[in-house]
Amino acid sequence: MPGASSPGLRLPGGGYTSRMSTQAAAYAKPDILVSTEWLAGELQNPNIRVIESNEDTLLYASGHIPGAAHVDWTADLNDQVRRDYISRDGFEKLMSRLGVTPDTTIVFYGDKNNWWACYAFWVFQLFGHTKAKVLNGGRLKWEKEGRPMNRETPTFTASTYKAPERNDKAIRAFREDVLKVVQEKGQLVDVRSPDEYSGKRLHMPDYPNEGAVRGGHIPGAKSVPWAKAINPEDGTFKTVGELRKLYQEEQGLDPAKPVTAYCRIGERSSHTWFALTYLLGFPNVRNYDGSWTEWGNSVGLPIEK
Amino acid sequence: MTRAPAGAEVIENGGVSDSRTPTHYPEALQDLLDTFATFDDQAERAQVLISFSDSFKEVPKEVATRPFPKDHLVPACESEAYVWAVMRPAGTMDLYFAVENPSGISARALAAMLTKTLSGLPPKEIATVSPEIVERLFRQNISMGKGMGLMSMVGAVRTLAQRAQGIEPKPASAIACPE
Repeated sequence: MPGASSPGLRLPGGGYTSRMSTQAAAYAKPDILVSTEWLAGELQNPNIRVIESNEDTLLYASGHIPGAAHVDWTADLNDQVRRDYISRDGFEKLMSRLGVTPDTTIVFYGDKNNWWACYAFWVFQLFGHTKAKVLNGGRLKWEKEGRPMNRETPTFTASTYKAPERNDKAIRAFREDVLKVVQEKGQLVDVRSPDEYSGKRLHMPDYPNEGAVRGGHIPGAKSVPWAKAINPEDGTFKTVGELRKLYQEEQGLDPAKPVTAYCRIGERSSHTWFALTYLLGFPNVRNYDGSWTEWGNSVGLPIEK
Repeated sequence: MTRAPAGAEVIENGGVSDSRTPTHYPEALQDLLDTFATFDDQAERAQVLISFSDSFKEVPKEVATRPFPKDHLVPACESEAYVWAVMRPAGTMDLYFAVENPSGISARALAAMLTKTLSGLPPKEIATVSPEIVERLFRQNISMGKGMGLMSMVGAVRTLAQRAQGIEPKPASAIACPE
């Protein structure tokens, strides 16, 4: 990328970090976030691919950041038969369709305060595409600032993308891993709503029940609803000080020890995984995507209420 | 605040009604459902829904102005949708909506479809509408978080139509959280 500096993004008009807030610079990896202002100046950059990922499937088609591609979390990221993510072959095909090469920097954004953007980001990390960032504030901030949007679906020249085999070990936890964490009294974060955590509800408020037969939480899990990490007025992440207070001071999470986050199917917890990993710099965080729809349905697993 | 135009009566909302499925729907709504049943392609359905969303017209100031009264707020709808029903001298009912969430594309689409197919009908006919139409209209374009709110919008319309007939609606729980 012309004029690039670490991590491969041009320093625009005096430097990338100069456009970020002082608080952003205090994040463990501040360049993992990009601002709406910065992205607005990079929309013509061929080395950047903007990807929108939403819960609401109508949103992208109704208007999106010019040039942005759409990644549908159900159709594009999940295996269509088994409960699992796409394979290496599927990821290579997706990246080819998006015209992305290993050198392309991807900027994710989406609705719901980047909840689904972080989920897509996490899946991309399973395949080691580390040239990835998240638009701080996501779709909400971009819209609130009155920045341009259009309905043109971009087409990209298919690329050749050779991905490694999906590597689940570092950032993905499975049921047996979580059971071991429980037995060893390790650190777990339940990012669902308080009523889901307590077992009063089996699903999010205003959402349908998707089949958990038992309510409650994994023994020993701390309750930190995912959305506490964002500023609701513009969807941006809270300051590093606020995040430290939330996770470390109030809940006593120790950055030096492994943390496993979970929710219902692993989407909300990918947002928390992102905040802990990149904004607070926890070195060992995994997302348990089986989450409550697996744990709350499994025979014999321990549950706390 | 809510205002009733001359010769009209605004029906007060108070919740949502039950979700029984009727044997038939008013003709315009049935035609719309039949049309949507022909869409096999998700993208095609999405484009039609977005077209409806684009055609959405907010409640006129003759009926209500901001701040909208909370008793017209649709329960469990994250798009912050409001609904009003105004009785006309001919005994028909007009429906009006507001959707405060700028990302409320689905809510605006549904509001436009309900207005187009039900406004101007007698309350007795409007009261036949069931939340099950949401699944038939949106299919795979309905997201987890949107479905409940959209069904609640339909339930709120049904409530208003029942109230206009002097029928006290059943509790909302069947619509708010069908488990």
